[in-house]
Amino acid sequence: MVAATSSGTAVVTLPTDTQILITREFGAPKHLVYRAWTTPELIKRWWTGDRGEATIAEVDLRVGGAWRYVMVANGGFEVAFHGEYLEIIPNERIVSTEVFEGMPDAEAVNTVTFTEKDGRTTLRLLVQHTSQEHRDAQINYGMEGGMQEAMDHLEQVAVSLR
Amino acid sequence: MARAPTTADAFNAVAEPRRRQILDVLAGGERPVNDLVMLLGLAQPLVSKHLRVLREVGLVDVRGDGRQRVYRLNGLPLKPIYDWVKNYERSWSQRFDRLDVVLEELKEMEDGDGGSDK
Repeated sequence: MVAATSSGTAVVTLPTDTQILITREFGAPKHLVYRAWTTPELIKRWWTGDRGEATIAEVDLRVGGAWRYVMVANGGFEVAFHGEYLEIIPNERIVSTEVFEGMPDAEAVNTVTFTEKDGRTTLRLLVQHTSQEHRDAQINYGMEGGMQEAMDHLEQVAVSLR
Repeated sequence: MARAPTTADAFNAVAEPRRRQILDVLAGGERPVNDLVMLLGLAQPLVSKHLRVLREVGLVDVRGDGRQRVYRLNGLPLKPIYDWVKNYERSWSQRFDRLDVVLEELKEMEDGDGGSDK
């Protein structure tokens, strides 16, 4: 039995001016990844990462149904997202809209796909924004986590590109 | 798809797909303009225009080699972009690390039904 706990880090790329693509492999079959991705009490356990405590995870998993996640971030402020499901293929693919409630004009369309091979699942999350400005704002938001740590990689980048 | 060449920083400079392509080519080593024109299949004036933008933000350096101008990549101005994406990536990695834990539990629950060794 292979004890596949950690499966590496998320890889983020910017395929076009208005997109973000997040890819990650998991050591579990796709029906479990799908379950963790869509079940409120499980979402609450992972969705906030290290950034806060999830207080609400509402999932009406049907086309036209709504979702809403709320967390209290470590700084004590509330952060909320919501959207609507546009397409659902169980264990395969979910397309939904996403709005950060602090920036309600910037609606993105998220397409998440689950691909299984040898019992492992590759998750691909494509975030399609309506403008580059909105996409960049989302990444900026993700940046609040802490700027300094990325300094480690300075040498690496500079060297690899020379 | 004309984009104003008035570009002040690396973020804007690499927002143009053709300029990213130029950087990709130069990542493999320095090249004279003619090579870039051929590899990209663009008209020389257009390539020169993109190179000028990249040079203004310090992403490429140029040197004369006889009659040729040879361009090479300078990665340093990409650092803020790298940092920016990297931090976003970090917050997703933290989420996914927690998702790993949830998945292990789900797997054990499924295994448990079949009476496994754990």
